[in-house]
Amino acid sequence: MNRTVKAITVAALPWYIPLIVLVVWQVLSSTGIISTRTLPSPDQVIRAGITLVGNGKLFEAIGVSTWRAMIGFLIGAGIGFVFGLLNGVISVSEKLTDSFLQMIRNIPHLAMIPLVIAWFGIGEEAKIFLVALGVMFPIYLNTLLGIRSVDTGLIEMGRVYGLSNWQLYRKVILPGAMPSILVGFRFALGIMWLTLIVSETIAADSGIGYMAMNAREFFQLDVVVLSILLYALLGKLSDLMAKWLERRWLKWHPHFAKAVSQSEA
Amino acid sequence: MASSFRKGSVAVGGIENESFNRKHRKSAQAAMPEVLVPSHDIARGGVSIQLDGVSKKFGDKTVISDLSLSIEPGKFIVIVGRSGCGKSTLLRLLAGLDSVTSGSLMRQEQKVTGIDQDTRFMFQDARLLPWLSVLDNVKIGVAGASTSDADRKAYSALQLVGLEDRAKEWPSVLSGGQRQRIALARALVGHPHLLLFDEPLGALDALTRIDMQRLIARLWEARGFTAVLVTHDVSEAVALADRVILIEEGRVALDIPITLARPRVKDSGFAHFEKLILDRVLTPEGLADSRRDEVMFDI
Repeated sequence: MNRTVKAITVAALPWYIPLIVLVVWQVLSSTGIISTRTLPSPDQVIRAGITLVGNGKLFEAIGVSTWRAMIGFLIGAGIGFVFGLLNGVISVSEKLTDSFLQMIRNIPHLAMIPLVIAWFGIGEEAKIFLVALGVMFPIYLNTLLGIRSVDTGLIEMGRVYGLSNWQLYRKVILPGAMPSILVGFRFALGIMWLTLIVSETIAADSGIGYMAMNAREFFQLDVVVLSILLYALLGKLSDLMAKWLERRWLKWHPHFAKAVSQSEA
Repeated sequence: MASSFRKGSVAVGGIENESFNRKHRKSAQAAMPEVLVPSHDIARGGVSIQLDGVSKKFGDKTVISDLSLSIEPGKFIVIVGRSGCGKSTLLRLLAGLDSVTSGSLMRQEQKVTGIDQDTRFMFQDARLLPWLSVLDNVKIGVAGASTSDADRKAYSALQLVGLEDRAKEWPSVLSGGQRQRIALARALVGHPHLLLFDEPLGALDALTRIDMQRLIARLWEARGFTAVLVTHDVSEAVALADRVILIEEGRVALDIPITLARPRVKDSGFAHFEKLILDRVLTPEGLADSRRDEVMFDI
C-alpha cells in the first residue's frame, strides 16, 4: 500500500509545477491583478477550447498542422538520413556533398520564408518545404556522426566473420549509429514544431498558427493562448514519442535498460 | 570507412566451409576414416601453415622480415615477444586481414589471399555486438545456416563454454571473462580449422585467465584445430603450447617444442621451459643460440 502511494507520488512529480502555475494564474486573473485584456484567465481559455471543439475548428486545425509537420518531417528526415548514411560509408560521396550541405545548413532556414512564399505562395508546399529543410540537418549530422563513431573494432570483427555489406550495415553499422541518430531525431522534432509555428503564423490559411493569428485580429486572446498551449502539448507528445523509440531501439544500452527496469518496478 | 566493406567472396567462403565441414564430419563418423579422407584433407581437424621468406612493410617500416615458419596441422603454436616485435602483424597476415609484402604464405597448400571463413580470430577485447543478445552474438559465427539450425549450433557452442544460461542476456551485463568466453563460443561455432588468438586473455584477471587457459586447452584437444596464440606472457605460452616461437625484430629468434604432458601442471619441467624462454626474452645479447648468431652475421 505504502509502496503504491509512493509510486503515484513519484509519477505525479512532473505535474506539480504546471499545476501550481495554473492555480496562481487563475487566482491572479480572478482577483484582477492581471487584466483579462492582457492575459485571459485559464477558465476563459478552457471555455474557448470547448467552443472550438464544439464547432470542430480545433481538431481541424490540429489535424492540418500535424499533417504538415509529419509530411515535412518524413521528407526532411528521409533526405537527411540517406545523405548521412551515404556520406558516412562512401568517402567520395562525402567529398562531393558534405561541404555543400554544410553551406546550406548555415543559412537560417526561416530566413528563406520570403523566398519560399514567392515560390510557393501560402500553400501547403511552402510549409512542408520549410519543415523538411529544417529537419534535414540535425538528422544528417547525427547520422553521419553516429556512423563515424561506430567502433572500428566491431567492423573489423564483422569482416573477419564474413558478414556481407548488407549484414555489416544491418547488424553493426546501423545499430551502432542508432543512439546518435535518435539524438538527431529529438532535435529534429523540436525544429519541426518551431518551423511550423513560424511559417503558419506568417503565411497560412489553416492550421493552429493561422487560428492564433486570425483570433488576434478579433482580439480573442483566449484562442491565442489556447493555440500556444496546444503547441506546448504537441511538442511534449512528440518528445514522448522520441523517448518511447529510444527505449524500444536502445534497450541493449545500459543507460536505457536501467530506465526501463525502473519504470517497470 | 569505404575500405571496411568487402564484396563477394563471403558466399563462396561459406559454401567451401560447408563442404569442408561435411567432409570432415563424415570422416569423423566413419569407422575407417582413412579410407574416406582424401590425401589433401586435414588431419584431426586442423590445417597446415607454411611461411617462406615472408616480409611485411608498412610504408618504409619493416615489421616482419624474411620470416620462415612451418606449422603442422592441429598443433598449438604460441608466439611470444615484446611489444612491437611484429607478432600481432604476423597473426593478421595469417588471418588474411593484411597481405604479405613479399614471400609466400600458404594455408593447407593454398595461398592466403584474404579472409577465410574457415579461419577464426579472437581479439584482445571480446568485440561482442552490444545490441545483440549473447545467443545472437554467437550466431554471427554461423555462416549460411537456417535460423533454427543456427540457434541450435550457437546454443551448443554456448554449452561448450558453460554460458548457455546467459543466452538471452545483453553482453553489457557480463563480466570481462564471460564476454571473452562468448567470443570463444562465437569463434568455435563455425568449426574452424584454424583459430588465431591475439592476446585474448591480456585484459583478464589472473584467476579468470587460468580458467580460460584451461578452457582453451580443453576445447583445442577436443576439436583438434590448428591454434596460433600471440601473448607476451611466457607462463601462458608454456601452459598452452606445443611449440613456443619467440619473435624479435620481425624474425624467429627462438623455436622450441614444449614436451610436457597435458593437462599441464606447474612442476619443475614447467619452470624449466619458462626460465628457458624468459631468459632468452630478457637477455637477447648474451646467448649461445646459433640461430641468433646467424641473424647477427646477417646484420
